[in-house]
Amino acid sequence: MSLRRRLLTVVGIFGAATLTVLLWAPTMGSTSISLSRAFDTGVPWADNVDAQIFFVARLPRVLAGALIGATLAAAGVVLQALMRNPLATPFTLGVSAGAALGAMLAIAMRLDVGALGVSSVPIASFLGSLVAIAIVYGLASSQRRGLSTNVLLLAGVTLNSFFSALILFVQYLADFAESFRTVRWLMGDLDVGGYGPIVAATPFIVAAFAVFAVLPRALNLLTMGEDMAASRGVEVVKAQRWAFFSASLATGAAVSLGGPVGFIGIVVPHLVRLMVGSDHRVVLPAATLFGAAFLVLCDLLARTIMAPLEIPVGIITALIGGPFFLWLLVRQA
Amino acid sequence: MVPGNTKHTKNTKDGTKKHKGKTAPFAFLNFVFLFVPFVSFVFPGQVMPQRIVSLVPAVTEMLFAIGAGPQVVAVSSYDQDPPEVKALPRVGALLDPDVERILSLRPDLVITYGSQTDLQSQLERARIGFFDYRHAGLADITTTMRALGARTGHAQEAEAIARGVESRLDAIRAGQAGRPRPRTLLVFGRERGALRNIYASGGRGFLHDMLEAAGGANVFADVNRQSVQATTELILARAPEVILEVRSADILTAEEAAREAASWTPLASVPAVRQNRVIVLTGKGLTVPGPRVADVVQRMAEALR
Repeated sequence: MSLRRRLLTVVGIFGAATLTVLLWAPTMGSTSISLSRAFDTGVPWADNVDAQIFFVARLPRVLAGALIGATLAAAGVVLQALMRNPLATPFTLGVSAGAALGAMLAIAMRLDVGALGVSSVPIASFLGSLVAIAIVYGLASSQRRGLSTNVLLLAGVTLNSFFSALILFVQYLADFAESFRTVRWLMGDLDVGGYGPIVAATPFIVAAFAVFAVLPRALNLLTMGEDMAASRGVEVVKAQRWAFFSASLATGAAVSLGGPVGFIGIVVPHLVRLMVGSDHRVVLPAATLFGAAFLVLCDLLARTIMAPLEIPVGIITALIGGPFFLWLLVRQA
Repeated sequence: MVPGNTKHTKNTKDGTKKHKGKTAPFAFLNFVFLFVPFVSFVFPGQVMPQRIVSLVPAVTEMLFAIGAGPQVVAVSSYDQDPPEVKALPRVGALLDPDVERILSLRPDLVITYGSQTDLQSQLERARIGFFDYRHAGLADITTTMRALGARTGHAQEAEAIARGVESRLDAIRAGQAGRPRPRTLLVFGRERGALRNIYASGGRGFLHDMLEAAGGANVFADVNRQSVQATTELILARAPEVILEVRSADILTAEEAAREAASWTPLASVPAVRQNRVIVLTGKGLTVPGPRVADVVQRMAEALR
């Protein structure tokens, strides 16, 4: 099958499945609502509880889930190829730890500097991720011309530990109620409370995806080694730099929106590779679509199985993703 | 668990057994060694603690209220009230009690929280009595005060204070008779300027009891937990008539409080939002289950009217 046909088939199937999930998920929730009433424009907005549950409570959540899931899965694919390491995740390079530190500081210091419908926590969290990106990049590009993926990996892992220590320190000094809120933030939460935070995160994520769109050929060659890629005409350093910045920026935006939702960035890329092969030109769009659907479904479970209580979505993604991934590994072996 | 369980130092010595059945002086020693500890074990009220360390801010407030303040020698790192505690040494808190410091202060009574089991066993080994406390319902606040009074030699003052709190609460409840009880969402935590990370009182615990005493009907009365993380969907579905937000950690100005109340406007179908009944109460000690609880219930009752 030619690449174009394979791509069309895969995107068609994954796209249809994801679209189905995205249309179905907002109809389900802890409360039962009447869809016909929700879309009835004859009922005034302020009186229409069904419409408000649909448009104010559920739809932003589903959109946030789709955006975060797609971003973390795609960033996982890019970073695994960039590092030539199947264990790399969007959280390996310290970006999420930087974002977490920013969020912790905003919560613990009770910062109140919201802008454009976005509260202080996501803003501080995004700034934290930018600081982490700058540090890791500075370290990885200081040793020689270009970008050392080994240094990138080591600097990321070290920065993760370092930021984790700072996070614990901030939590330790925080008030008791604030400490709990910081811990809850780390579990991931898609109840973003409106469209403002989603709209604010979207430009960064769209910019990153624009870069992802031109990366797959270079990623295919980079996985075979830098020299091989260079001999085939890839501008290695430039490609690495673009891959690093786009994936990190997307991760920072996604984490600042919904917290560090674990497991998506590693499980989804591998699951998708098991299903569609390893050509990044197919894997990247497929993982994007699959990641969106996967996180939206996990969140649907999170908000319904123990209703009215809610399970943090990060717990669900790990509980479902982990065993499913292991089962696939064993089956494949 | 009921607050106010007390544990006591056992000073018995085994050595006395060897002398059993010997001459009169030894019989007298037997009496001293066996009976005296027996008295102090069974009637602990006889030995009044003079050096109290309190690791629970709510209980510290109670100790000062019942007149045991001069016996308090150290408090937790979170203690702020009454103002007298500012001069006292700090010995850690719930998760990080500084055992070394506590022991070095030679206390004869330590107020611990129920989950501090490690600290309690260390105190037992050091033969230091402790008063085991856990947050519970509204009625348990005065029960704890009375137990503290008995333990610290201030039974009468404790009784008077407890009765005062109870009669004020009764008066507030009586004032609600015949009035409608608005369905109320009691929020005690939320991300500033956003409808995220909303924590509300469930149907258990002192916050729930305070709301009910103030004349509100808790919209989460059916949830058998002290707190609920309330999603926007849940709040829209429960449709509270009043949203009462208490902010005790960060004191808001009137302007900030108005801005925080305005954060709820996206939930336009919620009766509380439509009828402009989102009330932000701010002030120190609003969520402390201590002697000031009747003041807070009074404020809540006024807000709900």
